[in-house]
Amino acid sequence: MIPAKTFWSELKRRDFRFFSGVPCSILTEALEALPADPELTYVPAVREDVALGVASGATLAGRRSAILIQNSGLGHIVNPLTSYSLMYEVPILLIITWRGFQGKDAPEHLLMGDRMTGFLDLMGVPYAVLDDGNLASVLDRAVAAMDSSQKPFALLVKKGSIG
Amino acid sequence: MDRCDALRALLGALHVEDLALFTTGMISREAYGLRDRPENFYMMGSMGLLSSMGLGLALSLPGRRVVVVEGDGSALMSLGSLALIAQQSPPNFTHVVLDNEAYESTGNQPSISATIDLAAQASACGYRLVGRCLDLDSFTQLFAEHRASPGPSFLLAKVGGRASHGLARLDIAPPALKDRFRAAAGPGRASS
Repeated sequence: MIPAKTFWSELKRRDFRFFSGVPCSILTEALEALPADPELTYVPAVREDVALGVASGATLAGRRSAILIQNSGLGHIVNPLTSYSLMYEVPILLIITWRGFQGKDAPEHLLMGDRMTGFLDLMGVPYAVLDDGNLASVLDRAVAAMDSSQKPFALLVKKGSIG
Repeated sequence: MDRCDALRALLGALHVEDLALFTTGMISREAYGLRDRPENFYMMGSMGLLSSMGLGLALSLPGRRVVVVEGDGSALMSLGSLALIAQQSPPNFTHVVLDNEAYESTGNQPSISATIDLAAQASACGYRLVGRCLDLDSFTQLFAEHRASPGPSFLLAKVGGRASHGLARLDIAPPALKDRFRAAAGPGRASS
């Protein structure tokens, strides 16, 4: 399990300082560890597309930014991704929790849990899965992809990954 | 008041360093035709996303005035963003809604803003300054006041006027437009 403080310090080390999102129980520990650092901004968005909009504004202001959302909210960002982020080439890190992973979850998460990577593939959004020990390498990969393509990159977070 | 006249007045009242964001559809096309500048961002897709984007810009660039110009359809699509803007309360945020009570670019279908008062929504959310105007003189005066006052402010302008069909689409590729805006918003630029 990745300690919540390490999660944020590795993001900050790569200059991610502006965040917005809608909470997920998978991120409870991570979000509890966040407010301690005055150099990091977190805007609690009212919906996932709003989070993407707010964080993208920060990107246009020259700040590296990320959103933290549950995969149930992926549908809310399909149009913002296709007709804004991907079209204008505005890079942003999409930290998306993976509810419904391997079919073990509440019924409302099962379909999206099964199809989430398919949706990302269809939209042409590259992604990596966070696992024990790969935080630094997936973040490096995400930053390299965002810098070279100027497009979003998704980091998928399973239950119990961050604590 | 005619929407084109209102946009012309707004564009003329902007300070050099102001960042102005225009919503998808006729408002972007009209602003682009009237007075294009690197500090303008035109949203071509993602209806409803503009105000949250303006919020992120305003929070990240406290020394720059951010002016979000959208229509009633776009504002109605993102009422939740009004709440978030008021809660975050960036003083450099100026929100203008040009309300023609219709979805003009898709054939002028009526929106619901004839009976739903968007200024009252902004006021209830807690915007610091809220104004309404029906004619060009009051719009020009109120916009100058809102532009110069601590925000977030919300200015509702009821507009009508001639149909704008035939307005040219933007001929800048989206990534080039974004790069130009990002350079204009970036560090090293003048701040007020």
